[in-house]
Amino acid sequence: MSDAPPPPAAPARPETARAALAPPIRVLVAKPGLDGHDRGAKVVARALRDAGMEVVYTGIRQTPATIAEAALQEDAEAVGLSILSGAHLTLVPRVLEELRARGLDDVVLWVGGIIPAADVPALRALGVAAVFGPGSPMADTVQFVQEAVAARRAASGAPRPSAP
Amino acid sequence: MTQPTPPGRSPAASAVARALVERALAGERRALARLLSLLEARGPEAATALRALYPRAGAAHVVGLTGPPGSGKSTLVAALAREFRRRGARVGILAVDPTSPYSGGALLGDRVRMTDLAADDGVFVRSVATRGAVGGLAAATLALAAALDAAGYSRILIETVGVGQDEVAVARLAHTTVVVSVPGLGDEVQALKAGLLETADLLVVNKADRPEAERTVAELRLLQSLAAPAAWQPPVLATVATRGDGVAAVVDAVEAHREYLAASEAGPRRALERARAGVLAAAESCLATRLAAAARAPGWEAAYQAVAAHERSPYDVAAELLAALDLTTEA
Repeated sequence: MSDAPPPPAAPARPETARAALAPPIRVLVAKPGLDGHDRGAKVVARALRDAGMEVVYTGIRQTPATIAEAALQEDAEAVGLSILSGAHLTLVPRVLEELRARGLDDVVLWVGGIIPAADVPALRALGVAAVFGPGSPMADTVQFVQEAVAARRAASGAPRPSAP
Repeated sequence: MTQPTPPGRSPAASAVARALVERALAGERRALARLLSLLEARGPEAATALRALYPRAGAAHVVGLTGPPGSGKSTLVAALAREFRRRGARVGILAVDPTSPYSGGALLGDRVRMTDLAADDGVFVRSVATRGAVGGLAAATLALAAALDAAGYSRILIETVGVGQDEVAVARLAHTTVVVSVPGLGDEVQALKAGLLETADLLVVNKADRPEAERTVAELRLLQSLAAPAAWQPPVLATVATRGDGVAAVVDAVEAHREYLAASEAGPRRALERARAGVLAAAESCLATRLAAAARAPGWEAAYQAVAAHERSPYDVAAELLAALDLTTEA
């Protein structure tokens, strides 16, 4: 067992680790469209926060333009859309359009909610990085955001996000 | 005047930071958002960026809003922003929410009350997490406000939860400090007496459509009347921010306070106080970061063991730790 890697060092306290390492991941969680069921969005926002991210939550009934503008002002590295209304094939292209209009092509966009499996390829083809439907383990979403943002930072030469 | 590049700083990174400042100040909104992230992260590039933009800031009037959770600060900030917009000002908003001391993450929900402002390009809203370290919030907020100021936002609203020393320090960085209260808090008024009330230039009783609003206003006016007479008497105003009631009067009072500062010797005095508070916050933040890093260095284990075994005093080890700090290199 002597060749086993050493156990990881105890994590430093957040306020001290942050000053020395990369800043926390900044994420926007948004609910476009008219459905007002935001429990899922809030649960995801909470899980991402507990994973050490700074999560901006927009509230319900956002337009694609206000979501993209919020992503811009908040310098969000990833945007999660929660859609339960069935309007995902209408709303997602419009959000992507508004993001691109603001030069935010490189922001990681993922979608959660009630999305039929048959629609997932279409969403992925539009540029959605991941789709999480009902029953997806929360850990999958957290891991996806961590890895996608780390890859985005690596591509831009920024320091990688630190593990929580 | 050019300054030599201190050791350890990459000239390329400095050039990137300066280019970002130029683009942000030329009106590029995404560059401004990136600049705010850079300033928030601290470090040498943030120092370079702030050095480049700070001489071009100073025109904006900074308003700090503080008060207990649930007093309607976000809604009031949004309503004030709309009123300032109606009067032709460009408005920057910094909405501060706490970082979890356990995960280091933060849930930033103030935008929920400000949705309509996202459609107005005369408004820039940024959510800010406290991120923990002593002085860090105040130091970062000062830099963020300066960036919005230099980018042409003429009224800057900073919203903080009015608990904790760091949040009060943020209020001290403002030209005009607004303390928000609500009816029926009871002992909250007692708590206000202890500190926040003294920093208030303006007192607002929000949710004034609730019962007991008049009593809360009367209590605050009574407290104000007990203070020594001063050139500026902080007014006590009632609002219902959700309906916009009383909001124009608050903006009038902010503008009156701005004019008072401009016309009296209180203005330069306040400017010096703000400068001192800002420098102190930046120094505290820098010191806290280095101190925390130094305290984790392996060489101190033996000293901690001695303290744990009650063989040495924690004060003495702390004095040694402070004496060993290297303060000569730039943060």
